[in-house]
Amino acid sequence: MFRTQELEINMGPQHPATHGVLRLLLTLDGETIVGMKPIIGYLHRGVEKLSETRTYPQIIPYTDRLDYVASFAENHSYVGAVEKLLGIDPPPRAKYLRVILAEFQRIASHLLWLATHALDIGAMTIFLYTFREREKILDLFEAYCGARLTYNAVRIGGMPFDLPDGWVDAAKRMLDEFPVRLQQYETLLTNNRIWRKRTEGIGVIDADTALAWGLTGPSLRGSGIDYDVRKHLPYEVYDELDFDVPVGERGDTYDRYLVRMEEMRQSRRIILQALENLPDGDVMTRVPKRIKAPAGAEAYFMTESPRGEMSVYLQADGSDKPYRVRFRSPSFNNLQALPVLSKGHMVADVIALIGTIDIVLGCVDR
Amino acid sequence: MQTFLEAFLVPAIQAVVVVLLMLLAVAYITLLERKVIAFMQVRIGPNRVGPRGLLQPIADVVKLLLKEDIVPAKADRFVFWLAPILVTMTAIAALAVIPWAGTDATLHVLGYEIRPVITDVNVGIIYVLSISSIGVFGIVLGGWASHSKYPLLGGLRSAAQMISYEVPLGLAIIGALMIAETASTVKIVEWQARHTWLFWLQPVGVLLFYIAGVAENNRAPFDLPEAESELVAGFHTEYSGMKFAFFFLGEYISMIVVSALVVTIYFGGWLPITFGLGYLVPAIPAALSGAWGGPGVHLAFGVFWFALKTFLVLYVYLWLRATFPRYRYDQLMEVGWKFMIPVSLAWILFTGVALLAFDALAA
Repeated sequence: MFRTQELEINMGPQHPATHGVLRLLLTLDGETIVGMKPIIGYLHRGVEKLSETRTYPQIIPYTDRLDYVASFAENHSYVGAVEKLLGIDPPPRAKYLRVILAEFQRIASHLLWLATHALDIGAMTIFLYTFREREKILDLFEAYCGARLTYNAVRIGGMPFDLPDGWVDAAKRMLDEFPVRLQQYETLLTNNRIWRKRTEGIGVIDADTALAWGLTGPSLRGSGIDYDVRKHLPYEVYDELDFDVPVGERGDTYDRYLVRMEEMRQSRRIILQALENLPDGDVMTRVPKRIKAPAGAEAYFMTESPRGEMSVYLQADGSDKPYRVRFRSPSFNNLQALPVLSKGHMVADVIALIGTIDIVLGCVDR
Repeated sequence: MQTFLEAFLVPAIQAVVVVLLMLLAVAYITLLERKVIAFMQVRIGPNRVGPRGLLQPIADVVKLLLKEDIVPAKADRFVFWLAPILVTMTAIAALAVIPWAGTDATLHVLGYEIRPVITDVNVGIIYVLSISSIGVFGIVLGGWASHSKYPLLGGLRSAAQMISYEVPLGLAIIGALMIAETASTVKIVEWQARHTWLFWLQPVGVLLFYIAGVAENNRAPFDLPEAESELVAGFHTEYSGMKFAFFFLGEYISMIVVSALVVTIYFGGWLPITFGLGYLVPAIPAALSGAWGGPGVHLAFGVFWFALKTFLVLYVYLWLRATFPRYRYDQLMEVGWKFMIPVSLAWILFTGVALLAFDALAA
């Protein structure tokens, strides 16, 4: 007469905590998760295929829409791949500008991650505090290129503009007060009993499993693997700058939180050094009006985006359009590990886990 | 006839007045909540409707009244309708025993005696606890009647949560009742007028009672039944319009009830804020409570102090909400059963031993 039954529940694609249009098919035993199936594709736009019909510079704005909260990193990866394909070396000032903007982008993206992660776990005030700082970074981007979200601010062969007057001072002001702000967030969260209870031991993934699932970025470093593209396959001028790569120990949500918090401090360090050593000169090298790559040429270029390893593969067919473009997005690989992370946890942990792998659906679905 | 009118008509009028005042209070507590949390979050909060947003609650009420009242196709219509009423009714009913001022503020109008409390039963505090447990049914039924998965999970969560926190809520105040030797809300304040705030004698009791009260009201950091990031809106996901407004009303009135109860039991109810030290220099509390005036003055002063204290306790609710993340369901149960209940039992034992020791010393 009485029987128990597992409950199947759809989380998303319209759900306040799935950060966009992720759909999770959960199988629940009470509140415990026994099965989870992420269903993606609600934001698929066919960027890779579209790119085959666009010239090399025309593709840059498409990359803005991949990871729309860190679009500079995507611009950067794509342009880096084209430059590698053509053997173009941008001028040193442009390289420094790219590093400065990429690190500001990393801070902005991590602030957004912290905001939503904390909000999902119920700490709503952090959300508004981090947005205050993120706003200042977006202002800096706006002053640089006029856009606040989709920058389209990297060009093949350099950067479109030099820094406007007063930009360096504004950036330094922002960086000066940033450690105080970070300390405020940490006061609210790091040693908060409830926060620790909600994140410690949740979504543990050991180093081998993390590698096997192809995790990259902070999600991998939280498991204790010291792998950062900026350090191990340096691009631009990262090898000239001094910074640490924070790693976790236990590979749980709390460690990944600490890793990202420390990464924001390291990014600040990188920007300060880069502003200090910023060379004079042009920001753009001479490139042909019509960019063509020789037939059969290939390039694979990776950068460390805020979410992990963002790589672009290009194959040329001799025309001004690529024959094949492939974006290896960190969000996609990180999302694959979600069912592994969630095994045996409860419904409430799912949202903590979606937060901790820090995915952007635009990047997952492409 | 006279006694009949005094027994039914006077309380009925009082009840209507209290309920109307409560509706107004709830409307402005929502505004207060938004303003206070906005202040804590470095933003402005509602400021469009009326001067400084003061008419915002009115606009909200009008909006809720005009909203379409949607009933899900497969919902149990009667229970769906009953649930919000149950939640609001029980919350309002609990107000009946809250004293707003002292017995010296009793007014005599047309020969009728109007006391500043709707009814003073000798088990007032226990009455509040028992009536508030009926409110749980409203939430469970609301979650079940919606015939939808998210509300069902939300309803189950609150059933577990509210039943678990009823226990420490009841245990926490036993110490206070043992010391004051009464369960009447009026007499317990009168005891405090003669001695001192029970807060000084029951610091652990008040903490336990308040935490359990916050959990009982489903407020942050224990707001899991309506954890918006996981269960959308929990048990009231499928509710809209005035039915939703009634859940909302119930929640906020319960907040007022718990705050008023904390003030009554531990912080001297309508007594002026002298931190329970008024007995040292009796002239000060006498002056602060309007002892020079008639019952009307007593009433005004009593209501003022009571409202001020209740507001301060309510403020802590908002403060908590802006500060803490949310507990997980099983962790909440753990806190309730493995921490709150043992500690409150130990506190009862301690209070009992202390009372015996005190009596032995006095004898």
